[in-house]
Amino acid sequence: MSAPQQTQTGIRLDVTGLNRSFDGRPVLKDIELHVEPGEIFVIMGPSGSGKSVLLKHLIGLETPDSGEILIAGEPITDPTVIDRYRTAMVFQSGALLSSLTVGQNVGLYLTEHQLKSPDEVKEIVRQNLALVGLENVEDQYPSELSGGMKKRVAIARALIIEPQLIFYDEPTSELDPLMATLVGQEIAKLNQRTGVTSVVVTHDRELALGNADRIAIIQDGKILLVGTPDELRNDPNPFIQEFLLAGKIPQTTNDTRL
Amino acid sequence: MFHQIGEILILGWRTLGVGGQIWKQRRKVAEQLFEIGNASLLMSCVLSLFIGGVLALQSGPVLAERGLASVIGQLVGLSMCKELAPVMMAILIAGRIGSAMAAEIGSMRVYQEIDALRTMNINPLTYLVLPRIVAIGLALPMLVVFSILVGWMGGAMVASFNHEIAVPIPLYFSNLKDAVDVGDVFNGISKSFVFAITIGLVSCQQGLDTIGGPRGIGRSVTKAVVNSIVLILVLDYFLTRILLYID
Repeated sequence: MSAPQQTQTGIRLDVTGLNRSFDGRPVLKDIELHVEPGEIFVIMGPSGSGKSVLLKHLIGLETPDSGEILIAGEPITDPTVIDRYRTAMVFQSGALLSSLTVGQNVGLYLTEHQLKSPDEVKEIVRQNLALVGLENVEDQYPSELSGGMKKRVAIARALIIEPQLIFYDEPTSELDPLMATLVGQEIAKLNQRTGVTSVVVTHDRELALGNADRIAIIQDGKILLVGTPDELRNDPNPFIQEFLLAGKIPQTTNDTRL
Repeated sequence: MFHQIGEILILGWRTLGVGGQIWKQRRKVAEQLFEIGNASLLMSCVLSLFIGGVLALQSGPVLAERGLASVIGQLVGLSMCKELAPVMMAILIAGRIGSAMAAEIGSMRVYQEIDALRTMNINPLTYLVLPRIVAIGLALPMLVVFSILVGWMGGAMVASFNHEIAVPIPLYFSNLKDAVDVGDVFNGISKSFVFAITIGLVSCQQGLDTIGGPRGIGRSVTKAVVNSIVLILVLDYFLTRILLYID
């Protein structure tokens, strides 16, 4: 496996006509998204609306029934795309490898692709953990960390790839408000510092309205609207107003998943 | 079952495809070897000692009655190296190591750790499956050689100390040496290699196929052990036929 070329520019992401069904039940319906390079693009929607499934398609973990996903204009189905462009994902659960220490988890990409010497990896890991506000945790195991710390370790692990396109799946879920704000700031800082394209799936309104360049609202597997936070605030659609401003998240009509 | 055999063969073929990267994974192979040895050496020692002993205990008096007590070395020697050591060690490893492999990979699958590897452009076959298959493929034949030797010792002790058999240890080993040649030991080693690859592939395939949380992991572990043991016994018959034909 060849080492990806190290650049810092964000890349474009396009999704056209994406459809996906599970057991005959349509989960994603004719999804159309165009994410500009360097943009923070938030996909918001209530639980069970298809956000996480969409994200899995975008990162190439699921295959659509129809439609196309293009990374920098090239189809994600081309196996060389993942070698040529650096993409990373921060999972909702963190998805840290439980058998590895925090340091080994964060440095895994560099170690496995043999991009740096062990001493260099150690130093880069220390720097990346410091970036997300963690120190002296390299030798701990993920089971010894709190939910917020796991999430920050997962962000550090994604940062080490120096991604051009980064996906976040519910980055602030299970975090206290202070930690959620910190994670939101971290996403924005990373975007400013490296110009990375960020796609954030969340139902955290604070995170979306405070950090997004554009927001897509998804409901029952369909994109309802794409716009800037201000455009969304001023949209007359009652569902969007309820979702953005009301105290509770509306339920989808035909999906009861958590 | 046939669907699973197909998936196991596909996994084997794809693992072979990434086989060239084994040198990069040498540390993981060493870790797995240590784990297999650590988990099964003592158990295999006890098991083999008693298998050899029971074999001598069951057959010795019958042979002695017919004045054939001296051939007990031959009986224990050939039985251990051609059949009992490879099959018993394979069953032991399927239960002890195959289950652990299925559980570890299964939990990685359920908790999205394998998805995380994929997003880092790390092939789970290279990172998880290949080192385990290579380690088990090296460990089981070594364990079988060890088991054969310990089993012979167990047989020798019972043959010598049981008053109904009473075959002196030098006579036991002299008879064993006359009957057993390197080819017979190789016979057992080659069987154990096939069993090892089977256990590794079945367990990894079950792990990778896991869905549905802790209950799914439990189901995968059970299937990995049961399917491995069934395949070991079926393959043993066909391998024995082939090896007898070659002999």
